[in-house]
Amino acid sequence: MPDLAQLLAAEVPLSWYLILSVILFVIGAAGFLIRRNIITVFMCIELMLNAVNLSFIAFSHKLKMVDGHIYSFFVMVVAAAEAAVGLAIILTVFKNRETLEIDEVSSLKL
Amino acid sequence: MNFYLLTLIKMALTALVLLTCCAYAVWVERKVLAHIQLRPGPYRVGPHGLLQPLADLIKLLTKEGIVPSYANPFFYLLAPFLAVALALTAIVVIPFTPEFELFGVRTAIGLTDLNIGILFLLALSSLGVYGIAIGGWASNNKYSLMGSLRSSAQMVSYELPLAMAIVSPLLLVNTLNLREIVELQNGFHFGLLPKWNVFASPVPQALGFVIFLIAAFAETNRVPFDLPEAESELVAGFHTEYSSMMFASFFMAEYANIITICCVATVLFLGGWHPLWPAEYGSDLVPVVLLAAAGLMLLFHAAQAARRRKWDRFTFPVFGVLLLGLAPVFLIPVLKPVLIPFFWFVAKAGFLVFVFIWIRGTLPRYRYDQLMRFAWTFLFPLSLANLLVTGLVVALAG
Amino acid sequence: MTETVFFYCFAALAVAGAILTVTMRNAVHCAISLIASLGGVAGLYLMLHAEFLFAVQIVLYIGGIMVLFLFVIMLVNLEAAARERQFHRSWVGGLLCAGGTGAMLAWFWLRGAGTLRLPPAVQPTPREGGNVESLAMVLFRDYLVPFELASLLLLVAIVGGVMMAKKRI
Repeated sequence: MPDLAQLLAAEVPLSWYLILSVILFVIGAAGFLIRRNIITVFMCIELMLNAVNLSFIAFSHKLKMVDGHIYSFFVMVVAAAEAAVGLAIILTVFKNRETLEIDEVSSLKL
Repeated sequence: MNFYLLTLIKMALTALVLLTCCAYAVWVERKVLAHIQLRPGPYRVGPHGLLQPLADLIKLLTKEGIVPSYANPFFYLLAPFLAVALALTAIVVIPFTPEFELFGVRTAIGLTDLNIGILFLLALSSLGVYGIAIGGWASNNKYSLMGSLRSSAQMVSYELPLAMAIVSPLLLVNTLNLREIVELQNGFHFGLLPKWNVFASPVPQALGFVIFLIAAFAETNRVPFDLPEAESELVAGFHTEYSSMMFASFFMAEYANIITICCVATVLFLGGWHPLWPAEYGSDLVPVVLLAAAGLMLLFHAAQAARRRKWDRFTFPVFGVLLLGLAPVFLIPVLKPVLIPFFWFVAKAGFLVFVFIWIRGTLPRYRYDQLMRFAWTFLFPLSLANLLVTGLVVALAG
Repeated sequence: MTETVFFYCFAALAVAGAILTVTMRNAVHCAISLIASLGGVAGLYLMLHAEFLFAVQIVLYIGGIMVLFLFVIMLVNLEAAARERQFHRSWVGGLLCAGGTGAMLAWFWLRGAGTLRLPPAVQPTPREGGNVESLAMVLFRDYLVPFELASLLLLVAIVGGVMMAKKRI
């Protein structure tokens, strides 16, 4: 019986994963900088975190160590905590201001 | 035999059997509910309504599929597809029988043997919410949206006790592979009581099983937790706008989910294909006796079928003879290692499906706030306590 | 060969999802594109033999965080926001910054690729039974304190979320 692990024997070089990770990170960063909707900005942060996770796991696979897995696991935990608090903040902002445009929520600006 | 050919054959068979079971689960549900409510249930199409699923299928296929003009067509069509695809995919990791050798081929009923079977199941069950959420949103109807919001909150909430209830038997068996989980539940306490995880030796997982079942009711949106489609409040919930095959897909997804989750409960808690009592005391004869008794009962009823039911005089003997003919198949030595375990698995899963229907006929629906309070303040702490006790005892005993 | 094809499929899914997340007008479409992107990355995790992370990615990210996002998007009415201008006034600057970041990362990578010396494999990842077991050993033995701290962080997040979203405790 062909095993999935044998079927997908490691052929793809590490650099491909790193390039993909950079591409995803840049797309996320661009979205973070240019979008006006808070929720979408927040989603772009998740995208960037995800790109970093991918490079962690790629290195971890190359080094045959599981420490990279642990780091990306913690990144996911932090992302979950961040999503819970961040979305609660977004809901409160929407309740008070009736808007989700980042330009208009600027009362902390000088 | 070629691995790929064998897998293709098994895939086709599994899909066929699963879809037929989904269709007939509807018939069984209607019949059982009807008998709980003291009425005959579907009776017109075929003998005792046996062809009703076929009639329903033809009806749903030939109806017009309407896409509301304000709906988002892409996501509106994607949602039922997503729901049914995810529901049908989950069956691939369920092992139905141990490995056996038949006509020189070594195989087992069950499609794959993933070493992360449980994780795969959890992943699929957490994806299941999307079919409902996207469908309700894309319909652009406030009842659908309310239904889908309720369902996403409900399914996310009950996912936690479900996962916690799954983890505690995993502590006992120490593997994530479903086949190994079943194989480790082999044997009997005192030569009589099976070593299923419900009766496992350091900590019996009976409480975990009950938590799992309750959470499973909520995950599959069944009574008493069928808030997403509460007819009296939300028209029909998330599938208000759906018609024709799209509605049928949601319906099929619901029943496929029920069947899958009953199979998972059987594997995790009820010892999969292991019999209820040892083979020395004749557990192998149970299917034979059951089938023969059913066949004889049908023949007996055929002899005194009421005059008004003319067809019963022909259909009862036919089915009776069929069942009587099926009974000795379980005694053939070549087929025995396949059929007996398969019978026990199907019997346990089928009983759980019956429990689902039974509870639907018995309990009223929860109110939404009660549902959430029950999940977060009762079921979740209970499952945590169960997990802690199990972990502590396993650590002390090991 | 098979792996290359799989890599391209998953990478295409991830990148296409990411681009759609940034460019789509409707927030729900953004969220669903992000789900597609996360799913692509989850497939890549599976190719890298990170089975547990694959499951966590799907259960936690796609099944948890993204459901929360969809929930919030459906709770707040974004009809008006979808009709307005989607991009910031100074979007050229933003794109330049992001592109500059990417160029810098690429430059570092190109310069550093030759000098990167991977140490010899410390412990071979066990093929049999996946890596869940070895991951658990490392997580609960070497990283126990961070793990407990992470659970504390989650508790803080829960309390914070409830405090923020609930009107009256």
